[in-house]
Amino acid sequence: MERLSKRYGRTIAVDDVSFTVDEGEIFGLLGRNGAGKSTTVDCLAGLRAPDHGRIRVAGLDPRRDRGELRQLLGVQLQDSQLQDKLTVAEAMRLYASFYRHPADIDRLLAMLDLTEKRNTRYRRLSGGQKQRLSIALALIGRPRFAILDELTTGLDPVARRDGWQLIEDIRNTGVTIMLITHLMIEAERLCDRVAIMRDGRIVALDTPAALGRPTLEDAFVALTDRRVS
Amino acid sequence: MLKMLALTEARLLLREPLAFFWGVAFPMVLLPVMGLSASKIEGVSLVAIYEPIVIAFISVAFGVQGIPVQIAGYRQGRILRRLATTPAGPARVIGAQLIVSLGVILIATIGVLAVGRLGFGVPLPRQPLGFALVVLLAAAAMVAIGLLIGALAPTARSAGAAATVLFFPLMYFAGLWTPQMSASARHIGSFTPLGAATQALGDSMSGGWPHPAAFAVLGLCTVVCAGLAARFFRWE
Repeated sequence: MERLSKRYGRTIAVDDVSFTVDEGEIFGLLGRNGAGKSTTVDCLAGLRAPDHGRIRVAGLDPRRDRGELRQLLGVQLQDSQLQDKLTVAEAMRLYASFYRHPADIDRLLAMLDLTEKRNTRYRRLSGGQKQRLSIALALIGRPRFAILDELTTGLDPVARRDGWQLIEDIRNTGVTIMLITHLMIEAERLCDRVAIMRDGRIVALDTPAALGRPTLEDAFVALTDRRVS
Repeated sequence: MLKMLALTEARLLLREPLAFFWGVAFPMVLLPVMGLSASKIEGVSLVAIYEPIVIAFISVAFGVQGIPVQIAGYRQGRILRRLATTPAGPARVIGAQLIVSLGVILIATIGVLAVGRLGFGVPLPRQPLGFALVVLLAAAAMVAIGLLIGALAPTARSAGAAATVLFFPLMYFAGLWTPQMSASARHIGSFTPLGAATQALGDSMSGGWPHPAAFAVLGLCTVVCAGLAARFFRWE
């Protein structure tokens, strides 16, 4: 991503943002609410057209090559739901039908510990189960690149640990991952590199260890809290 | 892709007993209720008079009342946005809803014709081609109104409220409450989509070719509403 800019009316959402995510990497995108993370992700996923800048995902332009990009991109959106009365297996089959080379549904359900819930309707799933289904749907097309937006928000600590393990498992299958999170401990634990955004700009980009003095959370607050800087 | 989406939408519709009752069972029950009262208006049995009205009702139930609530709900639940990140895209799921709604309208219409014919000896439309054309155009017009509400309404709740408000004038001119309208009310009604539709359905049932003005009213309603819906549609 090179020199991305996007404004809504007079508000500048993203201002001259550049970064590269390496293949096989877990890349964290951090920032307070309204820092421009979602807009950056929307442009990356081809949901919005940037005003300026150049984006390439595996050599594809997210707007021009949208059809091709959607085949190799898996997205887990923050608080997007499914139809209440759709069962887990039906949702998986439906989303599998969108892709040229879908993953094996049974294996994916087993990996996400949803096999027993396959005939349960979406409405009856717990918060953690809904999150896991959302991840499963993001992976059903066997993506090369997955965007996971606030994946573990609202999960209990055990479920969160399971989620972290899952993300590492996914990366070990060769998927490049962009992780958007508010949990610094999550970024420290999982991410190879993190970018911290503030007011539409990237204010830091490095490994969590290099940024974290003494912890990533301290560095984050120092970089993004107006009262501090 | 579209086939899977349409199958899924059909399955979800079958899991909504209330919508199904209102759109399919209620018209088929309303007709016999009218048929049981032996009263006639100007020598025509009440059940024969009500058949076009009930058929118009079906397309309101699924087009005007069903579709906008679904679309607004999908937008509210960020389902449209979720689909925008997949190769399917958000427009296809709306296409699938239209296909399913039109399919159910046609099936329920055939059901009503069957109940009228088998239960009460109401003859099948004597001008079947004209009848079929009007049914299709009326369904298209109601679906287009539904799309327009769905395009503008921010929530499923407001979509439902808007649809309920529209239900009354639409069905009033179709004659749901006053099948025997004064000449002037009938004249005004013939410029509303469902007034035009019921009169045209009645004409083609008794063997006449529907009045061209009915096609014009329904066609105009379809084109204008669908065009505005496309222009103002909000995906999120």
